[in-house]
Amino acid sequence: MNIAQTISRKVPFKNPFHTLQFRRTLIGYIFISPFILGFFFWFLGPTVFSGWLSMTDWNLISPPKFVGLQNFQRLFNDKLLLQSLKVTSIYTFVSVPLGLVLGFLLALLMNTRVRGIRAFRTIYYMPSIVPAVANAVLWAWIFNTEYGLLNAVLRALGFAKISWLIDTRFALPAIILMGLWGVGGGMVIYLAGLQGIPEVYYEAAEIDGAGRWQRMIHITIPLMSPVLFFNLIMGIIGSFQVFTAGYLLTDGGPQNSTLFYVLYLYRVGFRNLEMGYAATLGWLLFFIILVLTLIVFRYIGRNVYYEEAK
Amino acid sequence: MATVEASLAGQASAVKVNRPKLTLWRVFIWIVLVVGAVIMLMPFVWMISSSLKAEQQVFQYPPRLLPDPPMWSNYVEALVYKPFGLYIRNTAFLVGVNMLAVLLASSFCAYGFARITFPGRDFWFVIVLATMMMPYYVLMVPIFIMFTRLGWIDTYLPLTVPTFFGGGAFNIFLMRQFFRTIPQELSDAARIDGCNEFQIYWTIFMPLAKPALVSIAILAFLGTWNDFVGPLLYIKSPDLFTVSIGLAGFRSIMRSRWDLLMAASTAMTIPVIALFFAAQRYFFESGGITLTGLK
Repeated sequence: MNIAQTISRKVPFKNPFHTLQFRRTLIGYIFISPFILGFFFWFLGPTVFSGWLSMTDWNLISPPKFVGLQNFQRLFNDKLLLQSLKVTSIYTFVSVPLGLVLGFLLALLMNTRVRGIRAFRTIYYMPSIVPAVANAVLWAWIFNTEYGLLNAVLRALGFAKISWLIDTRFALPAIILMGLWGVGGGMVIYLAGLQGIPEVYYEAAEIDGAGRWQRMIHITIPLMSPVLFFNLIMGIIGSFQVFTAGYLLTDGGPQNSTLFYVLYLYRVGFRNLEMGYAATLGWLLFFIILVLTLIVFRYIGRNVYYEEAK
Repeated sequence: MATVEASLAGQASAVKVNRPKLTLWRVFIWIVLVVGAVIMLMPFVWMISSSLKAEQQVFQYPPRLLPDPPMWSNYVEALVYKPFGLYIRNTAFLVGVNMLAVLLASSFCAYGFARITFPGRDFWFVIVLATMMMPYYVLMVPIFIMFTRLGWIDTYLPLTVPTFFGGGAFNIFLMRQFFRTIPQELSDAARIDGCNEFQIYWTIFMPLAKPALVSIAILAFLGTWNDFVGPLLYIKSPDLFTVSIGLAGFRSIMRSRWDLLMAASTAMTIPVIALFFAAQRYFFESGGITLTGLK
């Protein structure tokens, strides 16, 4: 069949299922189908189910009882919920900025072409990959009042010993401190970012008479802002998911001073077997994260500098 | 000519001369970093040192850093007190399955997102990013009930099957970023040679993506080896315990045998640190790929 024949042949109806466009779409969807299926199975399905669940009273043993919006009303006079929100907020507001600033400062220090940067990077990074359970057991021992490492150091420096995990004033700070040990995880990302900033920017600024501080404010921070912003968002979301530390180190105690939000959710669901209310707490967690993320995007996100696409 | 070079060299060294002014500053930075490094290493030293102490030596004040004599038998005692060998085998099995799932599923999805243009693609990619930000705990309860209904409790199915469906949003994102850096000419050449998209994905992109694949395999290893909540919710029989719930259980029965607890904790940490030293470059690679995605 030559071209002339092809053209002269009448094509009254073009089957849309045989077009190139259709084939591409089909192949595209085949490629992303595992994700789409997973999205329906482990996300949309459970979300719909959770909506129904939050309107029931169900202990998994007797049949579920429909209670309407009672679970949502219960949110408003739940003292433990309030406590868990308080604990989690303190943790978020202290540990996220602290971790961000400390990680960034370390990366800046390390980016000054000092000797032994590889060794430093390795040493600072290692704590962030220690398995959560091993980490919790290790820190339970470090925080031991009589024989722990931390109090041994404090006493050697002339301070009084502290009952880290037993005193309501110190249990949460202890968990924050333990979290800061993993600051190297963020640091290596900042370091990679800093090393990716072209040297010419700094040279140009130096020629224009910019001092070290000005170079930091006008070059380093703007260029690093997308990374810092990403880690801020992920840090906030992560801080609402602290479970293992609270569960293993203090079990929420003493006197609920380390009752993290998800630990409370776990207790409601899997100790008290109140599935309906636990699902409701899941919804509340979702809305808190959503609102926090939107606020951060609104007020901090607009200060983020994005390079024009190459 | 020679003089020009000499003057250029002179200029270069003049620029260099600018630096020594910073020497004191640099020494200061170096000292700060060294002090920080000592602080970062202390918990490790403490963990290993305690793991090698005799039972009574642990309760000594001031604590000794070097155990005398080192009780290597603590490791044997800790690891046979509870069948940690079995837990390690169980966890290794889960790690293997999840690694395979992540490598196949996330690269497959990522190819669709990175290299094929079709209506709805960007919508679904936004969904990928959105699920990345979704905390696990939001849907913990409904998913748990779902798995209960499926009869999957006390099996490895809840800990492995979901991984095959996309392999995790972050991994898809990471692979997509990597695939986007592969030149279009390569795909075009393959197409002219008669390859279809699946062949391009498997025979061209996958071999080229080795660094990214190693990175996500490492993430899968860490995620599964370190996972605590998953096994805590779904595994009931001790025969199926993973290292993390095994260690947590060991902790709850061994309240004051810190020597044994530290030995078990060290044993759980060693594979992760060993992997890190074996594949250091890839640990940092995933961070680097994330960076390119943010700009």
